[in-house]
Amino acid sequence: MIGGLFIYNHKGEVLISRVYRDDIGRNAVDAFRVNVIHARQQVRSPVTNIARTSFFHVKRSNIWLAAVTKQNVNAAMVFEFLYKMCDVMAAYFGKISEENIKNNFVLIYELLDEILDFGYPQNSETGALKTFITQQGIKSQHQTKEEQSQITSQVTGQIGWRREGIKYRRNELFLDVLESVNLLMSPQGQVLSAHVSGRVVMKSYLSGMPECKFGMNDKIVIEKQGKGIADETSKSGKQSIAIDDCTFHQCVRLSKFDSERSISFIPPDGEFELMRYRTTKDIILPFRVIPLVREVGRTKLEVKVVIKSNFKPSLLAQKIEVRIPTPLNTSGVQVICMKGKAKYKASENAIVWKIKRMAGMKESQISAEIELLPTNDKKKWARPPISMNFEVPFAPSGLKVRYLKVFEPKLNYSDHDVIKWVRYIGRSGIYETRC
Amino acid sequence: MTDSKYFTTTKKGEIFELKAELNSDKKEKKKEAVKKVIASMTVGKDVSALFPDVVNCMQTDNLELKKLVYLYLMNYAKSQPDMAIMAVNTFVKDCEDPNPLIRALAVRTMGCIRVDKITEYLCEPLRKCLKDEDPYVRKTAAVCVAKLHDINAQLVEDQGFLDTLKDLISDSNPMVVANAVAALSEIAESHPSSNLLDLNPQSINKLLTALNECTEWGQIFILDCLANYTPKDDREAQSICERVTPRLSHANSAVVLSAVKVLMKFMEMLSKDLDYYGTLLKKLAPPLVTLLSAEPELQYVALRNINLIVQKRPEILKHEMKVFFVKYNDPIYVKLEKLDIMIRLASQANIAQVLAELKEYATEVDVDFVRKAVRAIGRCAIKVEQSAERCVSTLLDLIQTKVNYVVQEAIVVIKDIFRKYPNKYESVIATLCENLDSLDEPEARAAMIWIVGEYAERIDNADELLESFLEGFHDESTQVQLQLLTAIVKLFLKKPTETQELVQQVLSLATQDSDNPDLRDRGYIYWRLLSTDPVAAKEVVLAEKPLISEETDLIEPTLLDELICYIGTLASVYHKPPSAFVEGGRGVVHKSLPPRTASSESAESPETAPTGAPPGEQPDVIPAQGDLLGDLLNLDLGPPVSGPPLATSSVQMGAVDLLGGGLDSLIGGTNFVAPPTAAVPANLGAPIGSGLSDLFDLTSGVGTLSGSYVAPKAVWLPAMKAKGLEISGTFTRQVGSISMDLQLTNKALQVMTDFAIQFNRNSFGLAPAAPLQVHAPLSPNQTVEISLPLSTVGSVMKMEPLNNLQVAVKNNIDVFYFSTLYPLHILFVEDGKMDRQMFLATWKDIPNENEAQFQIRDCPLNAGEDSEPPTPAPRLYPGPCTDWGLPRPCDPTEAASSKLQSSNIFTVAKRNVEGQDMLYQSLKLTNGIWVLAELRIQPGNPSCTLSLKCRAPEVSQHVYQAYETILKN
Repeated sequence: MIGGLFIYNHKGEVLISRVYRDDIGRNAVDAFRVNVIHARQQVRSPVTNIARTSFFHVKRSNIWLAAVTKQNVNAAMVFEFLYKMCDVMAAYFGKISEENIKNNFVLIYELLDEILDFGYPQNSETGALKTFITQQGIKSQHQTKEEQSQITSQVTGQIGWRREGIKYRRNELFLDVLESVNLLMSPQGQVLSAHVSGRVVMKSYLSGMPECKFGMNDKIVIEKQGKGIADETSKSGKQSIAIDDCTFHQCVRLSKFDSERSISFIPPDGEFELMRYRTTKDIILPFRVIPLVREVGRTKLEVKVVIKSNFKPSLLAQKIEVRIPTPLNTSGVQVICMKGKAKYKASENAIVWKIKRMAGMKESQISAEIELLPTNDKKKWARPPISMNFEVPFAPSGLKVRYLKVFEPKLNYSDHDVIKWVRYIGRSGIYETRC
Repeated sequence: MTDSKYFTTTKKGEIFELKAELNSDKKEKKKEAVKKVIASMTVGKDVSALFPDVVNCMQTDNLELKKLVYLYLMNYAKSQPDMAIMAVNTFVKDCEDPNPLIRALAVRTMGCIRVDKITEYLCEPLRKCLKDEDPYVRKTAAVCVAKLHDINAQLVEDQGFLDTLKDLISDSNPMVVANAVAALSEIAESHPSSNLLDLNPQSINKLLTALNECTEWGQIFILDCLANYTPKDDREAQSICERVTPRLSHANSAVVLSAVKVLMKFMEMLSKDLDYYGTLLKKLAPPLVTLLSAEPELQYVALRNINLIVQKRPEILKHEMKVFFVKYNDPIYVKLEKLDIMIRLASQANIAQVLAELKEYATEVDVDFVRKAVRAIGRCAIKVEQSAERCVSTLLDLIQTKVNYVVQEAIVVIKDIFRKYPNKYESVIATLCENLDSLDEPEARAAMIWIVGEYAERIDNADELLESFLEGFHDESTQVQLQLLTAIVKLFLKKPTETQELVQQVLSLATQDSDNPDLRDRGYIYWRLLSTDPVAAKEVVLAEKPLISEETDLIEPTLLDELICYIGTLASVYHKPPSAFVEGGRGVVHKSLPPRTASSESAESPETAPTGAPPGEQPDVIPAQGDLLGDLLNLDLGPPVSGPPLATSSVQMGAVDLLGGGLDSLIGGTNFVAPPTAAVPANLGAPIGSGLSDLFDLTSGVGTLSGSYVAPKAVWLPAMKAKGLEISGTFTRQVGSISMDLQLTNKALQVMTDFAIQFNRNSFGLAPAAPLQVHAPLSPNQTVEISLPLSTVGSVMKMEPLNNLQVAVKNNIDVFYFSTLYPLHILFVEDGKMDRQMFLATWKDIPNENEAQFQIRDCPLNAGEDSEPPTPAPRLYPGPCTDWGLPRPCDPTEAASSKLQSSNIFTVAKRNVEGQDMLYQSLKLTNGIWVLAELRIQPGNPSCTLSLKCRAPEVSQHVYQAYETILKN
């Protein structure tokens, strides 16, 4: 299991060091600094073995988190734990920075003591942790016996992510369907790979222990339900979608999903990620990029890029940005674009073209002349792909929320009393067209 | 106010100031001071001097302060054990606190303090906490048992904590169950034989129920534990699989991977005819693909595992090629792994896509990645025959880019393509030759030279090309030199008329001007071959080469099966068994897949069969367990002599029961048969009947090839001590028989007759196989040489040192005693070669504490100018041999290997790691003890490192001496 956990700043100075196991000596802290942080070359692996000691690291801005062990630990678990550790810290004091870590080092030690015991991860849900590890010192003195046992049963209980006795005057919930659409297209416009990775994020302000049931236009469910729904789907036009795979927050009853494909759960209070999913079929690609690069002699490049929006004209895409890479030996660039603003950014070796808004079924174009310095460099310019960023108000996968039902048997509010909001946002993930 | 101020730099007298603050009356000030102490501790300052003052702060109601003090205690208690005792009372009191959080905190911290005296006090509170009414306390106590076990295993057993822990598996709280499982699994690992976890259908059912309810981490503990269970039949396996599959949808990748591990393992038991088997295969693919959208570090772990899964069951992901396409912004470690998997998944169906991608990658920036991409194109050509032509043309395109490292890499792989498809793509040779000058890496140069030599008859200016390389012959690396030598000889055999001069030149360069024994040897062999029998030479040098196979870097099936059992763990990331990187006994238990149920064996379709031999066929590991020597001693074959010990005056050593009075009977022993003609000439140095003998004498590097090394005779019994009889001798081993070569000299004035010899019982049961035959009486100043055949069936007694042999010699004057040490290599038997699989299994099986490491200094075969100290390299195991393509050039290791082989030390496998050669060797002693060795040779470094593993570690020292003797002579 995890033998120790260290946090370093970008210089390699130790900010936090907690050793859990006897087989980890004090020199382990230095070994990682010398061999990884101060190593000259780029990091070649997130797992490093130095003198039969394994180091796992992740970086958050310029902070290094390293877990160290001498045993054959579950590597996936160690990384998951490190990410979780980052989440927990972020939930307590915001951004993970050197200053924040130093300002909260006592708290961090306290957290580390609680969420990792002898190197075994324990309950690490912030919701539960915040009930007894607080920043304003401990209120243990003032806790009643009931409160104490409530804390412990929550930390160890089946529903570790929610405490009892939550009350809201207004029961409200927000569902965000956030998708990132990824594309790799060949210069000829052939889709090499495309997939949507989506998340359903729920923000709930519900009283008591509400039992929720979430439904979407999942092909398997709709086919299972058979004809009854068939009319409805044909009416709504957009059919069901095929989900390649999905994963759920730990509050979802997985065995129930496996047998009935129904998504039922008791949600944590506040915001959480209900599910993640991935689709690869019938993706709506909101934009198409058509590049044209021509080398004119050895010192000039002509680039023309057309973008086409491919969705309902009534919808508006926002924050559109097209990034056209330029060779390293670029000396000057002239740009003409029909819409938005375009600029050559020498420091980024790219022409960045920004458009604030663009409606569906439109087209826009940029053309640029790139002057090159003559070089002896035999190596050809690698022509990195043209990438694109945008935000659209629909789900490119076609996912639709069909319902979210809330039952709270003990309290007197019903599903109808809950105010529900649903929003769809599609963003570009890695959206690239080779040129 | 923030805490960062505590990190401010030290000033003088800080400790003193802190001391004062710690003893302050004000609570706030105390707390501040403790925080400062912890901050100092974090940055590595030694604040252990403040121990008593900090411990004094422990008695407080302030939980935050208490936790800080505990943190301090955990760090320094070990260095101040006596003072740590001061804390015990508080701990014991806290364990009774009404607040469960404090009870748990106390028991948790106490387990982290590794001081014996504290441990004693821990037992009672721990016992109570294990039965606490609060689940939070119980789950903490469960882990505490594992902590205590780590400190004092015996105590945990004596106190019966293990049973309590087992009971907790049936606890009502899922987190308690999970922690109990984790603790038990860890304890069980250090007791491989104990049936601690005692998994049975009932307990498995409990675990599966808890699985649905506990935290993500708890699910991982439980799944990892389940993976160790072997279901009794396929039905049980299926029902467990059914209950585990829902976990594949968990958001936590580690839960998913652990579930995959269980499924992959139990699938082994399912019949492929089963519908469920197909369903399961289909269910496995999507979650594996989803793992690739996780954070890059997890992607890396996932990809390393997918690499294994693809090798084990290629059918799972065969349609998912696209998801492994490299993204421009992937970290380099993810890119390299994806590339690896792409090649594994390449098939006729998707090869066009793959090639297009690979070509794209070959223009990227990262040199390693580009090289690997180019290499991948070559591997595709070899793997998918239909694509070979396309691959070759892609490679040619890449060569046109003239990017130096791309060209070199391309040439290396084209050479392999030539090996796979001879006489098919020679048209490209012209293009290759254009790039001759830009090649500066040995591997590329060697490959190019090989191509020129191999196709010399079709390249008009082959002689010119090779000649151009010859100019800087001495500056080339060995690899290139050897290749050049062979290539020119090939050229000569193909075009003898024009190239005579060239071949003479290279032969003289290789044999006269080179220090490298391999090069010299190869040169001599060619020279002799060419001068004695050119036809034979042609047959040897231009022999048809075996085709190279397509799958070259597959992990060996047994290792793969073992790694499948370790999915998700570090072993699967390193692709090495845990014993390779875990110290001590922990986690080195060999794991294997469960045997498949009988019905499925026949149903195995040939298409999916090629991965991995059925685990049932795994070789049994060496027979003896535990201390073989000990066993032998108990065996006591019953000595043939039974009389009372003979007390003689001239005893030179304190051996009491040296000779059991049988000597007299021996002397008169007419019933002994004369020894068979096993008497071997004393000069065993000369190899027997080998036509090559003079050749090897020429090279002078390697002496005896056909028998063990024989030490020169040494005086064992000086004349002064034996009334004029001088005995010198040595031991030899020749073709399976051991003998003692004796030289008896009579330095007395009277004639000596009636010689007889007897050995005391010894470690390996050495005994004379025939009486000592001195035919004529030995007259004064006469010397006689006798070879006494030995057997190893005599009675056994462990000697100190192990190879000590006590001998009694009698003649008509008196009985004389002496003792001598025999070199262990006379006991190495001829059938000591272990096969690779077995070697691997045995190596893993022998516990690490049995491993001994030695340095052999100034080893002559490896002498070089610079002698750096050997750098420790990561230990690797004889894995898949990646040397496809050219026959590997021979090198110092080759010489060592053959030298050792002549003494019955056999090389099982060989690999080159970071410029060091590793030889994996096995040998067997006459009493059946196997010794496994890893010999690490660094070119240019006269020392080599020898690691020995043996079930009877006592012999290691002597085996090492044998190695040293053999290698140095």
